[in-house]
Amino acid sequence: MSGDVVLRVNGEDRVLHLDNRVTLLDALREHLRLTGTKKGCDHGQCGACTVLLDGERANSCLLLAVAVAGRAVTTVEGLADGAEPHPLQRAFIAHDGFQCGYCTPGQICSAIGMLAEAAAGLPSAVSADLAGTAAVDLDDEEIRERMSGNLCRCGAYAGIVAAIREVAGG
Amino acid sequence: MSAGTGLSRLEGRDKVTGAALYAYEYPVEDPLYVWPVGATVANGSVVEVDPAAALADPEVVAVLDHTNAPRLGQGGIADQHVLQSPDVAYRGQIVAGVVATTPEAAREGAEQMLVRYVERPAKVVLDPSDPSLEEPTAAFGGHPGSDAKGDVDAALAAADVVVDRVYTTPTEHHNPMETVATIAQWSGDRLLVYDSNQGPWTAAVAFGALWDIPPERVEVVTEHVGGGFGAKVRPTPGAVLATMAARVTGRPCKLMLTRQQMFTMSPGRSATRSRIRLGARHDGTLTAVDHDALQYSSVIHEYVEHTGAATRTMYATDNLRITHRLARLNLPTPRVMRAPGHAPGMFALESAMDELAYALDLDPLALRLANEPAVEPAGGLPFAGRHLVECLTVGAERFGWATRDPTPGMRRHGRWLFGTGLAASTYPALQRAATATARAEPDGGFHVWVGAVDLGTGARTALWQLAVEALDAPPSRVSIHIGHSSHGQAPLAGGSSGTASWGGAVRAACTALRERLAEHGGVVPADGLAVTGSTEPPPPDRSRHSYGAHFCAVRVDADTGQVRVDRLLGVFAHGRPLNARTAHSQLLGGMVMGVSMALHEQTVVDPRLGMFVNHDLAQYHVATNADIRGLEAHSLERADDDVTLAGGKGVGELGIVGAAAAIANAVHHATGVRVRDLPITLERVRGQ
Repeated sequence: MSGDVVLRVNGEDRVLHLDNRVTLLDALREHLRLTGTKKGCDHGQCGACTVLLDGERANSCLLLAVAVAGRAVTTVEGLADGAEPHPLQRAFIAHDGFQCGYCTPGQICSAIGMLAEAAAGLPSAVSADLAGTAAVDLDDEEIRERMSGNLCRCGAYAGIVAAIREVAGG
Repeated sequence: MSAGTGLSRLEGRDKVTGAALYAYEYPVEDPLYVWPVGATVANGSVVEVDPAAALADPEVVAVLDHTNAPRLGQGGIADQHVLQSPDVAYRGQIVAGVVATTPEAAREGAEQMLVRYVERPAKVVLDPSDPSLEEPTAAFGGHPGSDAKGDVDAALAAADVVVDRVYTTPTEHHNPMETVATIAQWSGDRLLVYDSNQGPWTAAVAFGALWDIPPERVEVVTEHVGGGFGAKVRPTPGAVLATMAARVTGRPCKLMLTRQQMFTMSPGRSATRSRIRLGARHDGTLTAVDHDALQYSSVIHEYVEHTGAATRTMYATDNLRITHRLARLNLPTPRVMRAPGHAPGMFALESAMDELAYALDLDPLALRLANEPAVEPAGGLPFAGRHLVECLTVGAERFGWATRDPTPGMRRHGRWLFGTGLAASTYPALQRAATATARAEPDGGFHVWVGAVDLGTGARTALWQLAVEALDAPPSRVSIHIGHSSHGQAPLAGGSSGTASWGGAVRAACTALRERLAEHGGVVPADGLAVTGSTEPPPPDRSRHSYGAHFCAVRVDADTGQVRVDRLLGVFAHGRPLNARTAHSQLLGGMVMGVSMALHEQTVVDPRLGMFVNHDLAQYHVATNADIRGLEAHSLERADDDVTLAGGKGVGELGIVGAAAAIANAVHHATGVRVRDLPITLERVRGQ
């Protein structure tokens, strides 16, 4: 079964004729040629496919494309401001927060979503304040905890935390 | 900008913006998608393949099995001879492939395939009492299968103190974030492969051998790779299947293994069992070292993990014996994984050294210093740089080791028990044959081509820095080109040898080009000037290894047995890095994988089904961000470690070796419980 779907990706409406089984991840990679979003497990277990869905981080491998029609999807290709990379993109380079680079788009999208969650006061498993009334002070412990849904097999975690800390602090 | 400078990665911007293309992402015209079907028995033969249900879907265009697949040549290894016979040697071995116009249809078609087997009893458990164990004459990496000097048995009998213990490591899987991915496309008898591998040139040679065509007719493109760690050292069965599908259909064929398929359709690390016997005098002098290592291979290909190899180089003793034994199991053929041989072997040796220190009532640091050899213990070769003593003493100073009370199980605060431990590291400094081409253009530009690949090591950047330095040219005028088999003979990225080998060739080519330019009075001819340079393995006249020392602080939950690594300090001697920043990242990455190996990683074999039961990232645990804190890597840059034409020694594996032993030793110091089987799980810490 297939049908027409309008996906709103990086601010643009894209009309696709898709098999209903196509995930958002495969729609991006195979149909829109937005291959910056990576497939690491296709199972919601590694975070490589993380995109922003209406501003919140989401595993695009766990979403069917038809189910997100009309919602705002932001991928790593949509983060830069024109030719100017997003501050997190710059910080990942400056702190060598990646090696092979395959988890990196997901890490960066996840970090953007995470910063918004912390600003909104959403607690994590290591937060002292569980009431969620004030913005969370993102120390390294909070960043590590909140970024643990994004695996990095190269082991660039120290650089990832440093990059996010720099942007969170600034 | 010169070599050594900690320049950020050339491809950094492409990687953080999503512009960097990995194998599966190249645009190709009208592709088909290939889905492999894995065997559901661990030993047997396929007696029937019924593709009717799969072919009922008009989107499925072809089904391959052993009855209709193209015949391959004799080259390659048995694992790569996909669909050449009905025999099944392990569960998950490819028995069919479904080719369809969409990945969804290919996957559904694979689900619909009916495959019937005649099943035979399978042997899947590594058993030291197995009467059919083999004693191979050679282990991987050119290491001897067995090695002995002196009289170990007599020395053990005469020793004041003997430690005699068995240490095990489980089957492990590399799990690079990018799974194995291939796009294959034939044009006549020429094959183009976009492939996620660790060496485009070696992959082209392998594809050529499998298809019985000269390697020059195969172009393998590998610009960016989402991690390898050994999983991608040679074309995987899936990659071969993709080339077959492309051959049969005449269209570009795409294949990307699922995470689950990675556990059987790409290799893992063999489980190992090391019996270590150490004999010593009361003063700490080692009188005997015996390392008997058991590992497994599949029943179709012999791979012997060189688990005992590190023991050849570590500590002075007059009596040394290393033996390797091999079980042949109905499991996928294992292969190198980060620091093959040395990572599991040094867990055993460095744990045993800690046990010996306690048995002798000596500080584990002092025990190691007391047994520092003047020459390589096994072969008697002089060392080409070593500095293990310096790594240990500098590390001890930085860590604050001197104030340590060795008594186990006595530092408790609340529910946490605290402890510290150390272990040494070593890895061979290899350099393999490679070629590179450097070309000067009339417009003042320079291009350098080498069949290198950057798995995230920073190779591209380091090689460019080397070229800029060797050419003494403005950096903006020098371009480096890697990742294509047509760039010339080049070794794969593995064994920490890649950058040293490619770098040597780059230096040779660029140096020769400068000389040729000088002959031309510094003027580049109208059609440019190109020079090829190469490097060869060094003669086996010295013992070439890098060394290091890990110092670790852990806390262990007294109730649950949970282990947290609070601090892991590594001090390493590997000569001058080509890029200090990326070398540092590699060392940290190795240490992270060491923490992961120590605490999390194990592939569990179902003894009845021969199945890797925890075949995904929810069940095969790797270290997450929250598992890692307090990492420090410090490099000693000593001139006598600069033993390759490129400069120093490779750093890809050094960080993982010994890390698990340092953690296990710290867990013992914290709790009094000696865990000799990895990973250090809760029940093992609780002694259950």
